[in-house]
Amino acid sequence: MRAYIAGRLATAVLVILGVSVVSFFLTFLTGDPAEIMLPPGATATQIEKFRAEWGFDDPLFVQYWRFLKRAVHGDFGVSLRHGQQSLPLIAARLPATLQLTVTAMLLAIVLAVPLGVLAATHRGGPVDLLAMGVALVGQSVPNFWLAIMMILLFAVSWGLLPTSGRGGVLHVVMPAAAIAINLMALLTRLVRSTMIEMLSEDYVRTARAKGLRELFVTSRHALPNALIPLVTVVGLQFGYILGGAVVIETIFTWPGVGLFTIQAILNRDYPVVQASVFILATAVVLINLTVDLLYFWLDPRIRVT
Amino acid sequence: MAALAAPLLATTDPIDQDLTVALKPPFWAEDGSLRHPLGTDHLGRDVYSRLIYGAQISLTISVLAAFLGAVVGVVAGLVAGYRGGRVDTIIMRLADLNLAFPLILLALAVVALLGANLKNLVIVMAITTWMIYARVVRGLSLGLREREFVQAARALGAHDTRIIARHVLPNVLAPVMVIWTLEVARIILMESALSFLGLGVPPPTPTWGRMLAEGRDYLTVAGWIAVFPGLAILFTVLGINFLGDGLRDLLDPRLRRQT
Repeated sequence: MRAYIAGRLATAVLVILGVSVVSFFLTFLTGDPAEIMLPPGATATQIEKFRAEWGFDDPLFVQYWRFLKRAVHGDFGVSLRHGQQSLPLIAARLPATLQLTVTAMLLAIVLAVPLGVLAATHRGGPVDLLAMGVALVGQSVPNFWLAIMMILLFAVSWGLLPTSGRGGVLHVVMPAAAIAINLMALLTRLVRSTMIEMLSEDYVRTARAKGLRELFVTSRHALPNALIPLVTVVGLQFGYILGGAVVIETIFTWPGVGLFTIQAILNRDYPVVQASVFILATAVVLINLTVDLLYFWLDPRIRVT
Repeated sequence: MAALAAPLLATTDPIDQDLTVALKPPFWAEDGSLRHPLGTDHLGRDVYSRLIYGAQISLTISVLAAFLGAVVGVVAGLVAGYRGGRVDTIIMRLADLNLAFPLILLALAVVALLGANLKNLVIVMAITTWMIYARVVRGLSLGLREREFVQAARALGAHDTRIIARHVLPNVLAPVMVIWTLEVARIILMESALSFLGLGVPPPTPTWGRMLAEGRDYLTVAGWIAVFPGLAILFTVLGINFLGDGLRDLLDPRLRRQT
């Protein structure tokens, strides 16, 4: 088991290194950074000077090594637009994004678990059909469209919820729901299929044979085991949830990392884009790692093998 | 189907502007007309015709990208699974790396830097999908490698390339088809999101995502501009997901027995 954990950690470090390479090369996709960062009409000597100053005339490997050394110290360079270090700019916006994504995840779980369980225990019945219908639509609906439709309904027509910014609980409702919808659909299907599997296991039959009430059998015997894959999937979906947050934050002008990064991308603010892509991808790697290790703790069967 | 027959189905030119009929509501509304069955947008362009042509763009990008991603992913998965060893490690770590990025963010950054056109969008979308095939195909071919019919072919002196193409590949195609269908659906959603954020195929080409983004500005006066493109995306993706689920039930004997 120790060997597995060590291997898993080594992989995570390797992937994070890979992440740094990709974030670094994002700058070079358009060619010469000097051309983009300097105002048009810059003279040849100005370009020369700029390149020497920023080290763009060094070999790529040297430049990457410098990028990596700085990145380890949290230095991703100064934002071209804000004139400040990019990392603190992003860090300041992380809590907003975390609030949004965590709320969305909880919302998805809270809705999906009962729906999936009900669908499994009433398999083939109207509840099951309804749950699967909701799941299929939830999986197919473009979340940004849903966001706009919610704005149209809850904000424009009924004036119930605020359309933008971050503030009280009410502000988080619509963006979180828009992000949660796709995840909820996925989780509902997952809970349903694992519950169906669990309900046909021997230990459930034993519990029933003992004369335990069906509700008790479902909630105490089958459900805990069905929740193990849920943890993994929620963890693995974190990347998608962050991606969803990027789009949804722009719609609700939610002051998080997503909105900030989109603005940086549109403004070609490279240090910020690099830092943000690096931070978000590293976060996904670390969360996947945690989920893998958590799995050990949740499912004693794996520990043996 | 609607996308293929776009020129026949569309009632007017999708990029034709006519400001005199700007922001006309759909035909069932009071001052709507059948000339513009789903109304017009802020430049007087026919929403219905733009939807039909938008389908062409969305489906072209998604189908091409899913196909490109599938080819790359299947080859990578076959090689990784069949050869094993160092090649396997490298390919799988690349897949891990790719999976670590919030894909839409990566796609956004790359498209913003390289420029938004059909070719770049297809390549970027393919980058977001190949590793899913690679992982599944690798797992399957790992098992197939040890099966008797593959062993027999090897004992007969067949070349690795031939074994992979004739004996391993046909056995992984069914799940690949299922993934392909579901990935087309996912890519449509992603393409429309990019387009919504202003990084899709540039105007004047009508795309569902941009129609939605434009409609957002007229939400209070002309909600239909935003409603219909979303419904178009929803129903297209729903249909494709339906197809994917059906294919899975059909092709996966394990599931068939259960139901």
